[in-house]
Amino acid sequence: MVDVLRHDLLIIGGGAAGLRAATAAAQLYPRLNIAIVSKVYPMRSHTVSAEGGAGGVIKSNDSLDEHIQDTISGSDWLADQDAVELFAREAPAELLQLEHWGCPWSREPDGSVAVRPFGGMQKERTWFAADKTGFHLLHTLFQTSLQFSSIRRYDEWFATRLVVENGRCQGVVAIELGSGQIRLISAGAVILATGGAGRVFPFTTNGAICTGDGMALAYRAGVPLKDMEFVQYHPTGLPGTGILITEAARGEGGILVNKDGYRYLQDYGLGPPDPWPRLRAMELGPRDKLSQCFVYEMQKGRTITGPYGDIVYLDVRHLGEKKIDEKIPFVRELARKYVGIDPVHDPIPVRPVVHYMMGGVHTDAQGATPLPGLYAAGEVACVSINGANRLGSNSLSECLVFGTRAGRAAAAFALERPAADFAALETQARDEERRITATFLRAEGTERVSTLRQEMQLAMESGCGIFRDEASLQETCNRLARARGRFMRLRLDDRSRVYNTELVAALELDFMLDAAEAVAYSALARTESRGSHQRTDHPQRDDARFLKHTLAYRTGGAPRVDYLDVAITRWPPAQRVYGG
Amino acid sequence: MMMAEQTVAERTITLEVFRYRPEQESEPTFQTYEIPYREDWVVLDALNYIKDSVDGSLTYRWSCRMGVCGSCGMMVNGVPKLTCSTFLKDYYPRPIRIEPLANFPVARDLAIVLDDFMAKLVHVRPWIIRRQEEPLEAGEYRQTPEELDRYKHFSMCINCMLCYAACPIYGLEPEFVGPAAVALAQRYNLDSRDQGGRERMGILSTHEGIWACTLVGECTTVCPAEVDPAAAIQQAKLASALGWLRRVLVPWGNK
Repeated sequence: MVDVLRHDLLIIGGGAAGLRAATAAAQLYPRLNIAIVSKVYPMRSHTVSAEGGAGGVIKSNDSLDEHIQDTISGSDWLADQDAVELFAREAPAELLQLEHWGCPWSREPDGSVAVRPFGGMQKERTWFAADKTGFHLLHTLFQTSLQFSSIRRYDEWFATRLVVENGRCQGVVAIELGSGQIRLISAGAVILATGGAGRVFPFTTNGAICTGDGMALAYRAGVPLKDMEFVQYHPTGLPGTGILITEAARGEGGILVNKDGYRYLQDYGLGPPDPWPRLRAMELGPRDKLSQCFVYEMQKGRTITGPYGDIVYLDVRHLGEKKIDEKIPFVRELARKYVGIDPVHDPIPVRPVVHYMMGGVHTDAQGATPLPGLYAAGEVACVSINGANRLGSNSLSECLVFGTRAGRAAAAFALERPAADFAALETQARDEERRITATFLRAEGTERVSTLRQEMQLAMESGCGIFRDEASLQETCNRLARARGRFMRLRLDDRSRVYNTELVAALELDFMLDAAEAVAYSALARTESRGSHQRTDHPQRDDARFLKHTLAYRTGGAPRVDYLDVAITRWPPAQRVYGG
Repeated sequence: MMMAEQTVAERTITLEVFRYRPEQESEPTFQTYEIPYREDWVVLDALNYIKDSVDGSLTYRWSCRMGVCGSCGMMVNGVPKLTCSTFLKDYYPRPIRIEPLANFPVARDLAIVLDDFMAKLVHVRPWIIRRQEEPLEAGEYRQTPEELDRYKHFSMCINCMLCYAACPIYGLEPEFVGPAAVALAQRYNLDSRDQGGRERMGILSTHEGIWACTLVGECTTVCPAEVDPAAAIQQAKLASALGWLRRVLVPWGNK
């Protein structure tokens, strides 16, 4: 162990939330010494894959109240309404800030920013940059961040442990992947901005890097994970790869049809099937309901059997080549490349795919976790504005709004209370180095990373998918526990230090097993159906018992599950009504 | 169904993969893997098969597997490619040779060292520069669809560095700022919201900037995002030359 790397503020993750936190802190406190630790170069972060857009009220026909209502009803009333209110209020300024920093938002003929409709919205509210919005947003933020000399980056450093001393988080231990060195990086405050955990499932839109790192880091430090049972399936993924076909395809007028060419959503209370896109109806219903309707259709034998599971068709042919190329060119490119069809001439085969974790590290509206000095923002966090089902196009805006809030709050905390307990921190870092060496680099087990990863993913898919019940969830929990046991007998082919990606994969699997456990046990404990969490053995929403957030705490065995009231301000719980 | 799967499983393809483990060997070698052939697999799927089932020590970068994160660029039979969108079927049944991107130092196996590119990215100042920043309360800067079209394609760069691997000039003169960085500079120069063009042209109008380029055009050929960096360099040269002409012929014009 060589010298300590010291900073005021340390951000783990270089995607939208992390970069926004860094720039917000740097603008507010020009002399603050900021560091970003990311296991990939920031422009590889999974923000890059977001396609359709970012929600924020900008047009005169729209209102903050409508954005708030859409978010709350989308969440099946599990979102905290005070947080949703400030989110809706602050989102437009954040999107304008990105505009001022050069984001190439698509425009109206008069030069104003254009918006498009998304699922579950009363008004068109989604800002977009064609259908590569996340890509443009990420590169704009990253390039903007390059002008701040106070932001130091540790690219391709992998954080393996938070260091907590004297009751507060004072930094991380991280591996410099290029050299394999394990180092202590200290700071007065740490922000987790590591994204989601979609890779705990086998079929996901998420990139390989979405392995729940920050969730597990916090969980291990005693911080609860909130609402982890709520996993969003996006209704339109490409079969086989799970590549996302954006909701914007439906926002622009695309329709979903079954094997008979029938717009089946009208059979599930989402009609009428107007020939034009109707807001909050049919294909512009919310993601949870659309994914559930797919399963109903499959049960009726009205889907199409393909080599990678059943599919339905997303048909955009009637939009015409010009509109497809102008508004959703990436959809066309992806369909041609990965399923070999041109959406101008043929419908696109799609099926529901794991897309987003509503749950995450428990934070307040400042991004603060219960552990002093530890903050979280973006998909890794759960404030919660997403509740039981996130409204499409809120996630990019959430990264910006709560990235900024966490950046400012954590910076203020760090200035007041710089890291102090260096001797103790260094001891922890040496422990962590010993753990990594003994558990991974010198272990003589028999199990392969890929075998256990696959077992975890299949356990999650078979028992913890769109529909769950007690038996399926218990089986998933049991399988995960067995996988955790086998993980102790891991053996790596790669024992070297320099750029050991198999070691990273093992550490990521270690994190994912924690995240998966929190998802499965939280789902087992919630004996009701709400939003994306559908229990066939408890099909009704039960506000009397479960208008509450789940808090899962790590123990030696099954997590301890506790509950926390949802903040209700002006929108008392009601039925979710979509369709006309 | 079973029969068909068995027949498919029997088909194999050979991958010749560049290996370099700096802790164990001083020189790179090639390792040959014979793996199952699948019609719908990309080269990255084949590498993942090797890593998962055959040799966990094989080292490379990847993430999004949909052509937008820019991590997985490699030389495939000598040509820079994103391996997540390069299909085995385009090579089968011939073997495929996979190497790290040319013109870069190798960190290990198929992973290159990016430091030089990251420094060049900062060097061209790829952010909006304005004499005066308008307050957010004033709303968005107006930009018509036509103004957006002027720079939009240069904003599509995913930083995959295929263009650097293809560029013969960068191979000979590592000081050359290179195609992607020039395209990004030009992306901001052409943005109606930006006022930093002169500042950036000062950086670009040097030999290491744009004048080293001899317009081979390989950068544009290999670009997976249709950025056309060659056009960016050509435009920047024109702007630079006009700037020189103005300075020499009408020196009062810049005042």
